[in-house]
Amino acid sequence: MDSTVGGVEWTSDDTSASEVSRSDKAREFYEEKIYKPAIVAWSDMRTRIGILLMSIYGLMAVVAIAGLWRAPTSSQAPERYMQPFQNWDYPLGSTASGVDIMALIIHSTDEMLLMILAGGVWATGLAVAVGTLAGYKGGTIDNVLMSFSDLVMAIPGLPLVIILAFTFNPENPIFVGIIININYWAGLGRSLRSQVLTIREESYVEASRTMGVSTPRILRKDVIPNLMPYITVNFVFAARYVVFASVGLFFLGVLPYTQANWGVTLQRAYSGGALFAPEAAHWLIAPMLAIGVLSLALILLGQGLDRVFNPRVRTRLAGESESTAADEEEDTFGGKVM
Amino acid sequence: MSNYYLRRTARVFVTIYLVATLTFGLIRLLPGGPYTQLRNQLLRQGMSPEEVEGRIQALQNINPNAPLHQQYIDYMAGFMQGNLGQSIHYQKPVAEILAQAAPWTIFIVGVSTVLVFAFGIVFGALQAYWEGSRFDKALTTLSISVMSIPFYVYAILLLYVLSYQMGVTPTAGTVGSDYRGEGLSVGFLISALQHAFLPILSYTVAEAGIQMLAMRGNSIQILGKDYVRVARLRGIADTRIATRYVARNAVLPMYTGFLLLLGFRLGGTVILEEIFSYTGLGYYLFDALNSNDYPLMMGTFLVITVTLVIGVYVADLTYGKIDPRVKSGESSEAF
Repeated sequence: MDSTVGGVEWTSDDTSASEVSRSDKAREFYEEKIYKPAIVAWSDMRTRIGILLMSIYGLMAVVAIAGLWRAPTSSQAPERYMQPFQNWDYPLGSTASGVDIMALIIHSTDEMLLMILAGGVWATGLAVAVGTLAGYKGGTIDNVLMSFSDLVMAIPGLPLVIILAFTFNPENPIFVGIIININYWAGLGRSLRSQVLTIREESYVEASRTMGVSTPRILRKDVIPNLMPYITVNFVFAARYVVFASVGLFFLGVLPYTQANWGVTLQRAYSGGALFAPEAAHWLIAPMLAIGVLSLALILLGQGLDRVFNPRVRTRLAGESESTAADEEEDTFGGKVM
Repeated sequence: MSNYYLRRTARVFVTIYLVATLTFGLIRLLPGGPYTQLRNQLLRQGMSPEEVEGRIQALQNINPNAPLHQQYIDYMAGFMQGNLGQSIHYQKPVAEILAQAAPWTIFIVGVSTVLVFAFGIVFGALQAYWEGSRFDKALTTLSISVMSIPFYVYAILLLYVLSYQMGVTPTAGTVGSDYRGEGLSVGFLISALQHAFLPILSYTVAEAGIQMLAMRGNSIQILGKDYVRVARLRGIADTRIATRYVARNAVLPMYTGFLLLLGFRLGGTVILEEIFSYTGLGYYLFDALNSNDYPLMMGTFLVITVTLVIGVYVADLTYGKIDPRVKSGESSEAF
């Protein structure tokens, strides 16, 4: 197979690297790692919607940090229970105590994004480290790591998180994200391990091993790239879990907060009579929408990113000018797998 | 072969032992020690310090002034006899409260998990067979939109529409007040089902989409395998291919997901049961947390964990029946 077809392998080709200038290298890096993945990602409808929705949340976070929208305080709106889309100064209406609902939604976005980033990185990072090491090394290391994961998996997440939250009273969103995913990594690590078990027997891994390449390098260069699609998808799932669990815990009132956020708003609407009063329904629905759309964006992004990391889909979609003969052959061979 | 079952069973006990130890450690972690608040309260009521210590010791079977290892041994001995201490709030043994609560939680989690997998497997398989059809596309879109909403939002919405606005289903509790404390009867069962309907529905709706997509992906992958093609060429009946060759292999990876799911769902009952005021394990955990009832809190935590460990154990044993490879002992070469 031509080395240009693989796309990813091209940059690590050392023989030609000595002859190209630095700017060439930079341009090549841009082409291979940024431009082409971007085209593939953008060509997929789901990613496009996902990116669009995520940037709305990003924008909301920026607005919140820069203070472009008023912070939520009680009786800031002219009347209680203002209906949404009636007054454009208060587009989502107001609550029972006259708080601008738009302000409530906007001013918790930045912390939420930080939280899901921290939780996602923590869960997937630890899972990749444990899963690949256990799967690749085997033997005692595998036994020890997997027994530990099994123990961690045996503890139901939410009750543990609740007790930890009660004990530590975390306020920092990064800390909250990590606590929520405190044992999320175990299950993911286990399934990564079982995938590594098949990858470790591949001939190219064996070749690296016989050449005396160090274990961390084999894991980094040979094993983890193969797992990337799976890791990305699960990063998104971990992030989604952080959204669901954190809002749930704020709803229960387990986590401390300084400023009302989606979960707290949901709780106040729920206990403040929005269940009985139709004129307060928007108070309940606004935070629900904020949660739902954010997790929808995450899911769509996850499914779209799957394609970016899948080299076969990538060359076919990105390389109009490249010869795709080799790919087509591979595809027909692969049959219905795609 | 029997060796596998033996090892697996041994692991259950080791896990439960370790979790009990962890719980013991967690009690010590709690802010200001477990009984500071209660002790102050009792002292303020004019009890003598000796009496207070005696009360607290009776609550948890732990003498707070004994050395740590002695406390640990007392705690574990009590736990093994099924003694989880005395609830401060309810003035009843924790074990008694939880014995009443656990069946409800197991009922809800069990039924909804079975439903999730039934829907997921059937519809996911159909989607895979008609891949690219309008049915497939519509169901995929539906799954993605449905799974982006957490179960407690469904719970609140269903409660809002069906219970408060339409009055079709009860708003709280496990059974109607007429049947409380009574034995099994037809009325009791109907009332229990009515009360469990919304919790089960919201738990099922939120998760079915994910399993559907997983089953769809697995089945599509297996439909492309050579052995399925060979089976077709051999002229094996389509139904046999669908059930024996495709479905069986596609379900296997979902089994591991099932174990994880069980943990998330048992944990999620804290939120679910709170919304429906459904007096199961999760309800009491949260209740104990709010009333600073440490024995009840730790006891509930322990019982939820033990339930999960047993659930996973049962699932693991049946997994061996579906996939014979497990028993061969997958010890691999170490690098």
